[in-house]
Amino acid sequence: MSGSVPQPAEPGAASPVDPVAPIDRTGGYLGPTGAAAVAAASRATPARWWLLLRKATFWVGAIIVLFWVVCAVFGHLFAPYNPLEQQLLVNNQAPSGAHWFGTDPLGRDVLSRVITGARDILIITPLATIIGTVLGTALGLAMGYIGGWFDTVVSRVVEAILALPFVIIAFLFVVAVGPSVGAITIIIGLVFTPLIARTVRTAVLVERHQDYVSASRLLGEGAARVMFREILPNVMPAIVVEFTVRLAYAVFALVTLSFLGFGIRPPTPDWGADIAANYSGLLAGYWWQTLFPALAIASLVVGVALLADSIEQVLSA
Amino acid sequence: MTTDQASSASSALAASGPALIVSNMDVTYRVRGQDRLALRNVSFSIGRGESYGLVGESGSGKSTAALALVRYLPRNGRVSAGTISINGLDPLSMGKRDLRQLRARTISMVYQEPGRALNPSLRVGRQIAEVFEVAGESSESAMQSAEDMLRKVQISDPGRVMRRYPHELSGGMAQRAVIAMALAASPSLLILDEPTTALDATVEAEVLDLVAALRQEFDTSVLFISHNLAVIAKMCDRVGVLYAGELVEEGPARQVFDGPRHPYTVGLLRCIPRRGQRKDRDRLDTIPGFLPTPGHSLTGCVFAPRCALAQDRCRSESPPFFDVGDLRTARCFYHEQAPELPRATPSSAPALATDGPGAPIVSVEKLSKTFSGGVQALGGVDLTVLRGETLGLVGESGSGKTTLARVLLGLTAPDQGSVVTLEDKPLDADARRRPREILRALQIVFQNPDSALNRRHTVRSLISRPLTRLAGLTGTALRDRLAELIAEVRLEDRHLALRPGQLSGGLKQRVAIARAFGARPEVVVCDEPTSALDVSVQAAILNLLADLQQQEHATYLFISHDLGLVRYLSDRIVVLYLGRVMEVGPAETVFTGPHHPYTEALFSAVPSLDGQRPDRIRLHGDIPSAADPPSGCVFHTRCPRKLSSGVCESTEPPLLEEEPGHLIRCHIPITELRQLQLNEPAPSQGGSA
Repeated sequence: MSGSVPQPAEPGAASPVDPVAPIDRTGGYLGPTGAAAVAAASRATPARWWLLLRKATFWVGAIIVLFWVVCAVFGHLFAPYNPLEQQLLVNNQAPSGAHWFGTDPLGRDVLSRVITGARDILIITPLATIIGTVLGTALGLAMGYIGGWFDTVVSRVVEAILALPFVIIAFLFVVAVGPSVGAITIIIGLVFTPLIARTVRTAVLVERHQDYVSASRLLGEGAARVMFREILPNVMPAIVVEFTVRLAYAVFALVTLSFLGFGIRPPTPDWGADIAANYSGLLAGYWWQTLFPALAIASLVVGVALLADSIEQVLSA
Repeated sequence: MTTDQASSASSALAASGPALIVSNMDVTYRVRGQDRLALRNVSFSIGRGESYGLVGESGSGKSTAALALVRYLPRNGRVSAGTISINGLDPLSMGKRDLRQLRARTISMVYQEPGRALNPSLRVGRQIAEVFEVAGESSESAMQSAEDMLRKVQISDPGRVMRRYPHELSGGMAQRAVIAMALAASPSLLILDEPTTALDATVEAEVLDLVAALRQEFDTSVLFISHNLAVIAKMCDRVGVLYAGELVEEGPARQVFDGPRHPYTVGLLRCIPRRGQRKDRDRLDTIPGFLPTPGHSLTGCVFAPRCALAQDRCRSESPPFFDVGDLRTARCFYHEQAPELPRATPSSAPALATDGPGAPIVSVEKLSKTFSGGVQALGGVDLTVLRGETLGLVGESGSGKTTLARVLLGLTAPDQGSVVTLEDKPLDADARRRPREILRALQIVFQNPDSALNRRHTVRSLISRPLTRLAGLTGTALRDRLAELIAEVRLEDRHLALRPGQLSGGLKQRVAIARAFGARPEVVVCDEPTSALDVSVQAAILNLLADLQQQEHATYLFISHDLGLVRYLSDRIVVLYLGRVMEVGPAETVFTGPHHPYTEALFSAVPSLDGQRPDRIRLHGDIPSAADPPSGCVFHTRCPRKLSSGVCESTEPPLLEEEPGHLIRCHIPITELRQLQLNEPAPSQGGSA
């Protein structure tokens, strides 16, 4: 029965195949997704980011964060009072038409302090998260790609650091170098480095076994090129998600440090420091001095978390 | 127009009412607010006890059809027109309870991945017994029935298997358990969706035999879905060919495959290498163009854009089913000319001068590789690859094919004492320490282009990189070579700016081939380069590999589990089993025999479109663990020709040159093997130890 499928010769059958004939004879097709991808052509990557705009969580998060960014940048222009101005005659005033969020024990306007208090947080936390992400990515790439004893040793060190409470480590650093804005930024960044390194390492381990890594080794590519040009772009989505999640944690971290007195020093307006300074007033019924900074912290954290969430959903879709 | 003929054909075969009647079924998926037609006007019926095959390439809608029958379509899919009748029942109008009853009693499905069909946290026996309990048996008698069922699917120690968890079973064993579960409810219709695609050839053969035997015993109607035409030809009475959601041809399997009357079926069959076709004489035919995207709104025949016979009429008017005799129907106006479909690719190979195989270029000696845990992937392999030849490497999964390739390339370090040489120069075990000249000489085309191409890079950077890195090209020289290269692999300029995710599977593999050939390598390892591709795409890639070899005088190490491909492409063949070379020889000699009993079993396991060869021998049991290989000849646990003297268990036979260039590792002398393989079928050996 062999040869039962008729195979008539084409007119030009005797001539060899023209090697440069502009023909597409692949008939290539790999399921509906493949077809969709071909049809979508170059629109593929931007389309993902457009999906963000269709998410309610993204919009809510973006509006909250944007609000605080505006406060941080222009807050001193529209804050009703000078946040540092002490009016001892009107101290501990409950919220009123003159002082919407009331005043603190020194007679400073709580609303003005909440608005301008956004500034240092919004400078320090993104910078600290960027430092942590950059260092953590480099470390994670090296751990995942080099592997072997290097990975084993670094992994144990990372675990040891993670076992200590964050505050203890930060405290040690602050005592050692003194509490300046620059120092706090670097400290939070360094504390986040092992956390981010661990996430990146996990993502790299998946990629390392892909054949494209073998292929680049067969082209004689060096380790740095393989890590940063081949693997890094493929683990970027995981890093972006990690960055946004860590940003929310950084807000917490900074506020905690300030609350404990290791962060931003009075009289600079700061939510964490203000809560620390005034929470004893709660017993006297001065709830507004604590509640409004606390709400500010919560809203910023929630806003960043919503952004993180929507970005993660879009990137993993 | 269509139903009458389809059902009249089937009623002639099945006297009683058909087990399944599908008429004029449309299935649509709602994607981003738009309805996309996945199946259009599909009608077929399956008689009682009949086995019906649905064959088509990926994206043809064959799995959608199976899901629609039992209403398992994903949430965005629905049957938007037509009717289904299973044993006279209509699943489309059923309530939840009735539907559950239908799925429990009347219809069963077996999927491609047995590992995913079984619940990993339940013992196998429990899962099968559950089916009997649903049917009303007490839990004790259900366990007994489960054990009986496992015995029926030829599991030799059912009691033991019952107590296992699914992950403790091999693929073939797990698929038997799934089949046992599917048959437990004595369904009147059994749907098998690519049931053997994930299995090795010898295991596939066993499972197919089992399904055929059980079909006789249970008198079940079978809907068999596969992309593999040879499997369908072997298993099915009648066959329907699906293309882009439409049934284009239908009829008795043998007749359809021997004399197809639809241009698509004709083209598809010509894409498959047949016995007697060789890369140096023949080129496979291809089907030009692409499958239309799902939800296409074509007027006229779906195949017209790719059909060499298409006339204006085909593009404006949808052809009905034409009765072409022998109970066959074809949806083509020009079905009479279909067998004379002009070829898309000239049939003769370009007559370039070939020097024939030359001196040894790569050789390995005492090559062993032991992974952690004592898994010995390779056990002392000696091998020589000659310049300009294609050396085919065949064997089942776990035989060490890929490990051998990776060791050659320097991606996996072999054990101490192994020697790999290129043109008599020993190679460093690690590619990172090999000089650029060596890297240039040895390249690979990986199995899966999705993994082999960095999805973040453009085609231009993927293909240019080896040119700058290994060939040292820059500026105009780089641009010229790039242009030459993409023309050689039949890519177009517009593809250069795209990323792999925007290309089809066939185009992606062309990019991977261009990368491998960029720096003009001496030896290219092709590791299952077409196994992730559809048949029609595979043919184009094979032609390309054959053309490139002639142009570039490259040497190929071609790894494949598909013996048809190996036979078409290879000059010499190496058969591996458990990391040992069982047989080496010129391709035709190895194929025609006499051959090693393992090679013999491998060949008789593969279903072929070239008529049925006598099923001479079958292997039983699974491939032994490479962590604990059998004593003596590693094949003795499954060998149907094992000698009764016990020498096979105790002593490993040497790899002896039995004929010029033909080496066999077997205690049985070649003259005796010739006798055995010419005359009587081997005694079927029982389950292995």
